[in-house]
Amino acid sequence: MSTTTFTYQFESQTFTGNVSFPTGVFIDGKFSAGSKGTTIDVINPSTGKVVTSIAEGTPDDVNRAVKAAKRAFDESWGLKVPGSQRGKLLNKLADLFEQHSDELAALEALDNGKTFNWAKAADVAASIGVLRYYAGWADKIHGQVIETHEDNLAYTRHEPFGVVGQIIPWNFPVMMVSWKLGPALATGNTVILKPSEFTPLSALRVCSLINEAGFPPGVVNVVVGYGNTVGQAISEHLGIDKVAFTGSTLVGRKIMEAAAKSNLKNVTLELGGKSPNIVLNDADLDLAINWSVHGIFWNHGQTCCAGSRIYVQSGIYDEFLRRFTEKAKSLKLGDPFAKDSYQGPQVSQIQFDRIMGLVDAGKKEGATVHLGGERHGNEGYWIQPTIFTDTKPDMRIVQEEIFGPVAVVIKFEDEEDALRQANDTLYGLAAAVFTTNLTKGIQFAHKLQAGTAWVNCVNSLQPNVPFGGYKQSGVGRELGEYALQNYSNIKSVHVNLGQVIQF
Amino acid sequence: MAKAVDLSVPSSNSKIRVHTGLFINNEFVPSVDNPDPINVFNPSTEEFLCAVAAASERDVDIAVAAARKAFRETWGKNVSGFERSRLINKLADLIERDKQTLAELECLNNGKPVKIARDFDISDSVGCLRYYAGWADKILGQSIEIDHKAKIAITHPEPIGVCGQIIPWNYPIQMWAWKVAPALAVGCTIVMKPSEITPLTALKLSELVKEAGFPPGVINTIPSLGPVGGASLAAHKGIDKVAFTGSTITGRKVFEAAATSNLKKVSLELGGKSPHLIFESANIEQAANWAALGILYNTGQDCTAGSRLYVQDTIYDKFVPILAAKAKELVIGNGFDERSGGGPVVSKTQYDRVWSYIESGKKEGANVLIGGEKRSEPGYWVDATIFTDVRSDMKIVKEEIFGPVLSVGKFHTEQEAIDLANDTTYGLAAGLHSTDQAQCHRVSSALEAGTV
Repeated sequence: MSTTTFTYQFESQTFTGNVSFPTGVFIDGKFSAGSKGTTIDVINPSTGKVVTSIAEGTPDDVNRAVKAAKRAFDESWGLKVPGSQRGKLLNKLADLFEQHSDELAALEALDNGKTFNWAKAADVAASIGVLRYYAGWADKIHGQVIETHEDNLAYTRHEPFGVVGQIIPWNFPVMMVSWKLGPALATGNTVILKPSEFTPLSALRVCSLINEAGFPPGVVNVVVGYGNTVGQAISEHLGIDKVAFTGSTLVGRKIMEAAAKSNLKNVTLELGGKSPNIVLNDADLDLAINWSVHGIFWNHGQTCCAGSRIYVQSGIYDEFLRRFTEKAKSLKLGDPFAKDSYQGPQVSQIQFDRIMGLVDAGKKEGATVHLGGERHGNEGYWIQPTIFTDTKPDMRIVQEEIFGPVAVVIKFEDEEDALRQANDTLYGLAAAVFTTNLTKGIQFAHKLQAGTAWVNCVNSLQPNVPFGGYKQSGVGRELGEYALQNYSNIKSVHVNLGQVIQF
Repeated sequence: MAKAVDLSVPSSNSKIRVHTGLFINNEFVPSVDNPDPINVFNPSTEEFLCAVAAASERDVDIAVAAARKAFRETWGKNVSGFERSRLINKLADLIERDKQTLAELECLNNGKPVKIARDFDISDSVGCLRYYAGWADKILGQSIEIDHKAKIAITHPEPIGVCGQIIPWNYPIQMWAWKVAPALAVGCTIVMKPSEITPLTALKLSELVKEAGFPPGVINTIPSLGPVGGASLAAHKGIDKVAFTGSTITGRKVFEAAATSNLKKVSLELGGKSPHLIFESANIEQAANWAALGILYNTGQDCTAGSRLYVQDTIYDKFVPILAAKAKELVIGNGFDERSGGGPVVSKTQYDRVWSYIESGKKEGANVLIGGEKRSEPGYWVDATIFTDVRSDMKIVKEEIFGPVLSVGKFHTEQEAIDLANDTTYGLAAGLHSTDQAQCHRVSSALEAGTV
């Protein structure tokens, strides 16, 4: 079992420094090659070129990880360790994230293509906040004592499941690590984490930080591999008691199916969205425009809760569209490591092709390309900020999640109609409304069929406020206190203190 | 008197610097109008340690104004839970960093052994701060269904405002942590009056408050005489809540002052005469360990001390000698001596008080099993003292002694034990030892105490 080291020299306007860390399949605190000895190429989406290769994990590696995770749960984690100790280690991990912020942000920019500045200020900063938030919960896992009758003591315990599988996507690689590890570790579970094969570097860097923070070996295991091998193995594993997945609705179904067919393991899913963003005539236009830009173009549109369908009331439609377009035009596309870049490349060739495929469908189906609609540059996977208008509700670009910097702007007259159109989707992850009439805003928020309803903002999350989907956008909630439920098995204990029965 | 003094640490070359002013708005300042300081003593040697500023009513007004300004401008709703969490965690880190120095200072002023102050008091304090740091961003209200149409209702937990906190001398650092942690976590600002007997560690901790980065005025520390500073805080119209830990008699005064001034919120943690029940099925060895700990920990200066022990008659003759032997093992001595498991009582006043109870026990006819004899050397020493053959009407059985003085009685039935245990105006804690699960549940249900 040999380990490999990834070394990279960064030299740029935003970050100059050397990174060097072990990579491999991370099981029981140690790095190794995958069981087949094969590797996966890591590609820099800014150039399309291979940066390095990392070990490919396999179903056999998953088996090995489950053994280590089970042993750790039985011996050195779970309820063997008090919550205050679990919290202490999570805080230590957060400290390490903080110390290595620049490094983690640089890895994100290299591997995912998002800008260094956004990665540092948003992704890494949020990760630290989330880890610290859940560190604080670790010693506050309370059950209830429930009054029944004096001969009976009844209480609930919130126990960890045991070994949990976690499968995360490529759009916010390190932040997704924190959303998953935070609540799972706080509640005492051990983890097998599969990062996306497209963006494994930051998760692999975190493995060393896990050791450094002092987590016992086997508590966190990381297996980078493909969805249909490693992801499938986790979903159907008889030794895994719960699986949490963030990614597409299509894959989410497969995971739920595999869980159902294997051991009925507990499943939580955070899936796709086609979130509506409704701008009413009485909206503060500056506010609405700035947030709407953030809603669809931030992270290159690769955000599950992106406000990708923008419904604008007719009274302000022309003004909104003009200024929204202006803003979109002003976004700087460029090298993720340049100081002033807003938007880097899409994460991969596959995603690029997919997005452009939908853009072409939009064109073919007769929508107007109001802005963009083409590749940007001729190296790497940049796509121009794109705005479609004159759409029809049944067009693919209106129905399907594009996951790129592509906005659909739709005019409406009547508020009830906007609400109806907004809710007319299989998805239900998020929704937004812009209005200066707060009562109306709240009424809209209550009627929108979405797990997160934003009033006068979009794409705005906090570590302590829950997030998740209605309808086919998911099952369960992450963030906030609610996420603890995803990783807790509830046991009711009835202690008979004197009740005698006769036959 | 805003100067700093350097106190020597016995059996070492080091010195501990203590600022002797009032800590207001993150600065140590003299009293504005009180020239008379508080003299602070070492209870192990009876020696004078230093003098610290004593806050007058006017000083209290200034401190309250500082806390109010901070609440309005830099704390309260001006700071997020995330930021409060960060600062409280930072304070915990600093206390951990300086734990040896703080433990030594605690020993000098309170008398408890350095290793106990460091590994128990301070460790617990750090844990407490970290625990509440974790709550700071988790203060949840509720959204409540009305009719889904015309109205939304939410409850919004808000910080009360400026809190007066009055803490005792038995666990100076730990009581400080128990008070500041939750108050800060929810966003309140604080005017803290440490005990005039043990003000030094509160003043030292104030330095760390500033170092951690709390805005000026968030925590203010004002040593003062109880009847001056304590009374002033309890009656102050500019304070929204007073929290007090101390004797029941003073607690009443605090409650009254709050009522007659501005109906400020009051929380009180007062005295106890906690019963400890040993049933015949108990593991005798373990029960004896716990019973000894219950009355001897912190030299009995603990509000939850198990100061009334009732042993089931069937095991009485076996149990009591074992308990006595364990109690005799405790080495009460100078806190800087590694061998000491307990220190002196904290002051001359307490010394006189505890000894007068011991004398009263003898006078009322109780049997002194161990202890009961004064030492001749300087220092406020009280050795482990156990009275047997007690009656319910004896002073030593009814009143809180707050020293290492145990009264031991006997019972026959479970109900008798419960009745004896509950026959008190106090109700802080109660303990029982039994291996009969159902009995454990029955008896804990029946005991009238906040902690069983």
